[in-house]
Amino acid sequence: MFRNQYDTDITTYSPQGRVHQIEYAMEAVKQGSAVVGLRSATHVVLATLKRSSSELASNQRKLFEIDSHVGIAIAGLTADARVLTRFMRAECHNHQYVYETPMPLSRLVLAVADKSQVATQRASKRPFGVGLLVAGYDTTGAHLYQTCPSGNYFEYEAFAIGARSQSAKTYLEKHFESFAALSLEELCRHAILALQETVASSKDTELTTRNTALAFVGRDTPWTMVEDDSVEEYLLVLDAEDELEEGDADAARQQPQQPPAAMDES
Amino acid sequence: MDPLLRPGHNAPHLPAAMGPGYADVFDRLSRQGGRVETTGTNALPTFDAHAGAKQASFQPYQNNGGSVVAVAGKDFCVVASDTRFGLGFAVPTRMISRNLVLNDKVVLATAGMQADTCTLHKVLRIRLDMYRQNHGKDMSLGAVSQLLSNTLYYKRFFPYYTFNVLGGVDENGEGFCYGYDAIGSHEKVKVVCTGSSQSLIQPVLDNQVDGKQMYDGQPVAELSLEQTVELVKDCFSSAGERDIYTVGLDGRGQPPLYVKILKLAFVLTSHPLRSKYTRSHFIQGQSPAVRDSQTTTDTYFT
Repeated sequence: MFRNQYDTDITTYSPQGRVHQIEYAMEAVKQGSAVVGLRSATHVVLATLKRSSSELASNQRKLFEIDSHVGIAIAGLTADARVLTRFMRAECHNHQYVYETPMPLSRLVLAVADKSQVATQRASKRPFGVGLLVAGYDTTGAHLYQTCPSGNYFEYEAFAIGARSQSAKTYLEKHFESFAALSLEELCRHAILALQETVASSKDTELTTRNTALAFVGRDTPWTMVEDDSVEEYLLVLDAEDELEEGDADAARQQPQQPPAAMDES
Repeated sequence: MDPLLRPGHNAPHLPAAMGPGYADVFDRLSRQGGRVETTGTNALPTFDAHAGAKQASFQPYQNNGGSVVAVAGKDFCVVASDTRFGLGFAVPTRMISRNLVLNDKVVLATAGMQADTCTLHKVLRIRLDMYRQNHGKDMSLGAVSQLLSNTLYYKRFFPYYTFNVLGGVDENGEGFCYGYDAIGSHEKVKVVCTGSSQSLIQPVLDNQVDGKQMYDGQPVAELSLEQTVELVKDCFSSAGERDIYTVGLDGRGQPPLYVKILKLAFVLTSHPLRSKYTRSHFIQGQSPAVRDSQTTTDTYFT
């Protein structure tokens, strides 16, 4: 990103019609570590990679419960995320109090988006530097939304945000058409595999119980977070995948020499 | 304020606002410009207002009756309430819920005005959800007891017309309950009852649980869970004999099958094997306790 004379103020457009401060805020989201979300017809799963600033520090939590039917994963400025979390919880409580039903997800996300937009049009404010993946289940089914510092929000079948999220998105693009009918367990498996794509080339060489957290919500399933040792059983899918690959490699070695295949199909 | 606003008796100079037939009276009042004669068929007190002036009054309270009981044992607490919603001599509903399951360890039962009961329960439920989200754990019995007291006192000058009983197991797994008045005065005890048949049930509990007025020299036997449940059922069936606002037996001429009449709200226990009495009243969507939140480091980007 380049510095120019139109980017110091949120209330200044550039000659190209852009507001750079908003784009810089979205850059902050891209700096956060990856979070992955995917949904089936009945459940939504979020998987997050928890970074830690040093060996001595704890790993920063990125999953937050908003209500028993909604939760979020964050990427970006944690402090801004805390403010939005508090806001979303209050909205859900107020809705529950007045209407005696869980808050519909679309309205909740809209409230967050409107709040974010206000911060892009006041000289005294700055945009929220955090992107959310909002996962929830309401009367209309399972939903996954993404919110941006810009005040936009989008609904997805599957998505990823944060550092190296493109690798996860590539994996999800390959498999997302099968998600609608999957069970919760299979959905979690895909979430972990997608998340693993984001660590392949970073200094966290693998997913561990320390740096991975998972959460899901859905029909008859209130928001449940899986952290620390409980993540172990979900990470076993990675070992299974490894064995599968090793098995293929062994089989290839034992085969008599054959000309290599035209394309790597593993 | 007279805690029992009995229809026709709270303001003798005004027509009974809460009894049956009050709508007729108000109609007649407005037509006749404030003067109402008593007639043989409508036995209301004589009304003598200033000629032409209409007496406006705002009657925010109703007494819907009901009784609630909590008896705590060594590692359990039985909280029970009757199910009659009364209004004067009428019974608008035979089956009303007076209970709120707050979490695994705490149950609230409330008698008095049902509208205030509903609102109080809504407020407390939201407050408990907020606590769970902010602290990462369920609210303990002691904490809820203080919260309820504060909530009630907050409306000291326009009270919730509610008579509450809070029961559960404390942090050590021992059963306790709390009794409240309408403005939040509370006390931690092992046995409490309140509501319209408080004066009928309390002596029975004093005698059977605390051994009061028994001079036979026998030590007070500690009641088991099953015995406590039977005792509580007996209390209600006895109270229902004399108190019109509390139901003890159904009116179908069937033999006294207590279990059909009483809504035995909840039996709480820290003993894992006693679950046969536990009925899951968890409000749809209420999620299990969130694990203790980790300490968050001051990371600028995550």
